[in-house]
Amino acid sequence: MSRQIGEVILDLKQVSLSFGGVKALTDISFDVREHEIRAIIGPNGAGKSSMLNVINGVYRPQLGEIILRGQHFSKMNPYKAAKAGISRTFQNIALFKGMNVIDNLMTGRNLKIRSNLIQQAFWWGAARREELAHRAKVEEVIDFLEIQHIRKTPVGRLPYGLQKRVDLGRALAMEPSILLLDEPMAGMNVEEKQDMCRFILDVNDQFGTTIVLIEHDMAVVMDISDRVVVLDYGKKIGDGEPDAVRANPDVISAYLGASH
Amino acid sequence: MGFFLETLIGGLMAGMLYSLVALGFVLIFKASGVFNFAQGAMVLFAALAMARFAEWIPAWLGLQGSYLGTAAAFVIAGAVMFVVAWLVERLVLRHLVNQEGATLLMATLGIAYVLEGVGASVFGDDIYRINVGMPKEPVFLFEGIFPGGLLINKEDFIAALIAAVLVGLLTLFFQKTTTGRALRAVADDHQAAQSIGIPLNRIWVIVWCVAGLVALVAGVIWGSKLGVQFSLSTVALRALPVVILGGLTSIPGAIIGGLIIGVGEKLSEVYLGPMIGGGIEIWFAYQLALVFLLFRPQGLFGEKIIDRV
Amino acid sequence: MLYRENGQFKTSYAADQQIFPIAQDRWAIIGILVFAFVAVPLLVDEYLFRAILIPFLILSLAALGVNILVGYCGQITLGAGAFMAIGAYAAYNFHIRIEGMPLLVSLLLGGFTTAVVGIFFGIPSLRVRGLYLAVATLAAQFFTDWVFLRIPWFTDNSSSGSVSVSNLHVMGWQINNPVSKYLFCLGFLTIFALLAKNMTRSAIGRQWMAIRDMDVAAEVIGIRPLFAKLSAFAVSSFFIGTAGALWGFVHLASWEPAAFSVDRSFQLLFMVIIGGLGSIMGSFFGAAFIVILPIALNQILPVVGDLTGIEISTAGISHAELIIFGGLIVFFLIKEPHGIARLWSTGKEKLRLWPFPH
Repeated sequence: MSRQIGEVILDLKQVSLSFGGVKALTDISFDVREHEIRAIIGPNGAGKSSMLNVINGVYRPQLGEIILRGQHFSKMNPYKAAKAGISRTFQNIALFKGMNVIDNLMTGRNLKIRSNLIQQAFWWGAARREELAHRAKVEEVIDFLEIQHIRKTPVGRLPYGLQKRVDLGRALAMEPSILLLDEPMAGMNVEEKQDMCRFILDVNDQFGTTIVLIEHDMAVVMDISDRVVVLDYGKKIGDGEPDAVRANPDVISAYLGASH
Repeated sequence: MGFFLETLIGGLMAGMLYSLVALGFVLIFKASGVFNFAQGAMVLFAALAMARFAEWIPAWLGLQGSYLGTAAAFVIAGAVMFVVAWLVERLVLRHLVNQEGATLLMATLGIAYVLEGVGASVFGDDIYRINVGMPKEPVFLFEGIFPGGLLINKEDFIAALIAAVLVGLLTLFFQKTTTGRALRAVADDHQAAQSIGIPLNRIWVIVWCVAGLVALVAGVIWGSKLGVQFSLSTVALRALPVVILGGLTSIPGAIIGGLIIGVGEKLSEVYLGPMIGGGIEIWFAYQLALVFLLFRPQGLFGEKIIDRV
Repeated sequence: MLYRENGQFKTSYAADQQIFPIAQDRWAIIGILVFAFVAVPLLVDEYLFRAILIPFLILSLAALGVNILVGYCGQITLGAGAFMAIGAYAAYNFHIRIEGMPLLVSLLLGGFTTAVVGIFFGIPSLRVRGLYLAVATLAAQFFTDWVFLRIPWFTDNSSSGSVSVSNLHVMGWQINNPVSKYLFCLGFLTIFALLAKNMTRSAIGRQWMAIRDMDVAAEVIGIRPLFAKLSAFAVSSFFIGTAGALWGFVHLASWEPAAFSVDRSFQLLFMVIIGGLGSIMGSFFGAAFIVILPIALNQILPVVGDLTGIEISTAGISHAELIIFGGLIVFFLIKEPHGIARLWSTGKEKLRLWPFPH
């Protein structure tokens, strides 16, 4: 591959998160390098989704900090994260069901819109120009994801696999530098998985986007990721290149049950 | 001091009536997630039925002046409320499963209109009195402690007692009976309850029926105190802040919320009203509810809702 | 066969982003506007203007406002009546307190004042949603009812808040007969509807809808709930307040707080739900339905009574109205929970494919 893995772009230091008394994450540290594909794996309930939610500020960790391009955040919030170029997809697809595909993708352009409410109300000047420019950009994403035929369909009517693709499209429309993917292939058949893998690799390769990925399909994870973090019961039990992680005894016991 | 206590007790009595109406709200919301704006209309309808049957039955059967007539009227009014519950489930709720909150809310407003219209055409639209034979004479308490003592209605005491018994029975019903447990299961999750074989439709009939009976009791107490008239249907709007205060899903919350609002209204009207122009009862309750919404949205006793992604 | 988009190829995004991308729709809307502005004033008698058309126009405007908040941004309001009252009384105060204030400016300032108050009462929406929010808006309703009834300053010291305005004119044009009132309201509605349409199809509209559909996801793509919700409250209140000012000034001419009671709030919410949440067109359908239904029932019921030989008293008619009105609402919610606008668009889709439905 042509891409060059760069410096550490995102660094998590000793993050702990709990809900009431329940510990979701305990003292977790790991880093993500520019342009790499970083996977987070672990059994159900290991805290993988919580980890992503901490990174883009949906959850506020009680302890620890997030360092993004050298900038320290003890508390991230979703808006700051979005401004800093982090976008994400959701495990249980969180598309805007009442809107069609184009409008869903256009919401991804929201941060780049400069015109104000009055201009928009009159469809005047900057508002009109922006609407056209962003539409062109969104059409590029639509072409990239090969969803031209459904561009005007309300997303609620789309089958599951396509909804997942639109979810990715909305994240891509933000032109993120870091893309968080929460089980992008869950519930897909083999063909759909292949398509999704291809899109993920293309995004990484063509746009140089750094990708943090949660996935259950081990074959996929080992195949496409550069480095893997393994979580179990909210603790980090392994970190490294796919082959090293595969050989790690803690990881094996977490997945296969402890051998007594 | 005596005057303050009298105001306080008056507030508690008014609050108890709010509690009864709020109780109907909470029952239905717990079991079906419907915010029932028709609760006020149900109180009106039940009270109308009670008032008129108590008039008609003695006339038909010649039971002048006996408690039997009143009792029969109460039973028949209860039966009417059962029919209402059954019709509501049959004609409305059954067809609106899985609709959005706003749609359901509008539907209950539609039900309220129908109930008011039917009530007025069947039972008439005058002001009626309900006389269930409660003692009306006031008594003076604590004459030794305060000069002049405290003026209190015996009727209010009996009403409070009835309300307390009703709440006790409902709590037992919810906690101890199979139907009560099924109701709580439905409240938690419609689909899960259905999947383990709880008949959703029957549960809804039951809960609307219970809410109807609560409305009947509220209507009788209200009617014997103040008479039955059309403005009774707006009592639903007065009871709304109560459920917010107490928590939408909590039966004790409805009771305590009702008492707080009742007392708050009376005290604010008496002590705050003269300063800013009077008539502040209704918005005072709502502002109180608003404060709660901002700082403790789940109310005093409600369950906290956590968002998951 | 006439309603086809075949052969209408769009070669630019601008063409694709028009309000009415299909040519036939464009012609239809031009036709309707010409009819409404030119033909109606020539054809219709005074009663229709006063009883149906003017209320329809003004309530459509209010319904548009409610729809922006409820239908597009997903925030339930039961306080729309109060916002109409604020618009009406604010415009009244600007009108009588400032010498020579032009009518148009008074009305719009009424709308702006309402927008400011709307933002304030929208603050709870940042904490609570759904039915809880409905209660918060009811708080606004009862508070304003009380303010205009009890605080004389707002109503120029008139008793129980009843006020009146007279001698309305805009740049020399007297608005004193039904036709001029109708045209004045129609002008307002046309412009406001266009503004509403523009907002809902641009970035701000997408922000509202994103918040409505999935607020957490909206936040994650960089939409600030604070701005999205409060702007929806502001715009919606501006529309409702302006409608309230028109209702007071143009339709009623003299009014008291009871004209904007909680029943009005319910009525407006009915309009948008029956018409269609999240649809500009739906606001018009809903307003028409709610305005015409009671009048139609009032006309029809005595006739039905005569035919069947049942004597129906006036009280009986008003009771029957309640029952039928309530029943129809429930019926509608069951049969078409997405409102008349959905029926309309399904119809159009079928028509597009007719006569070969596959």
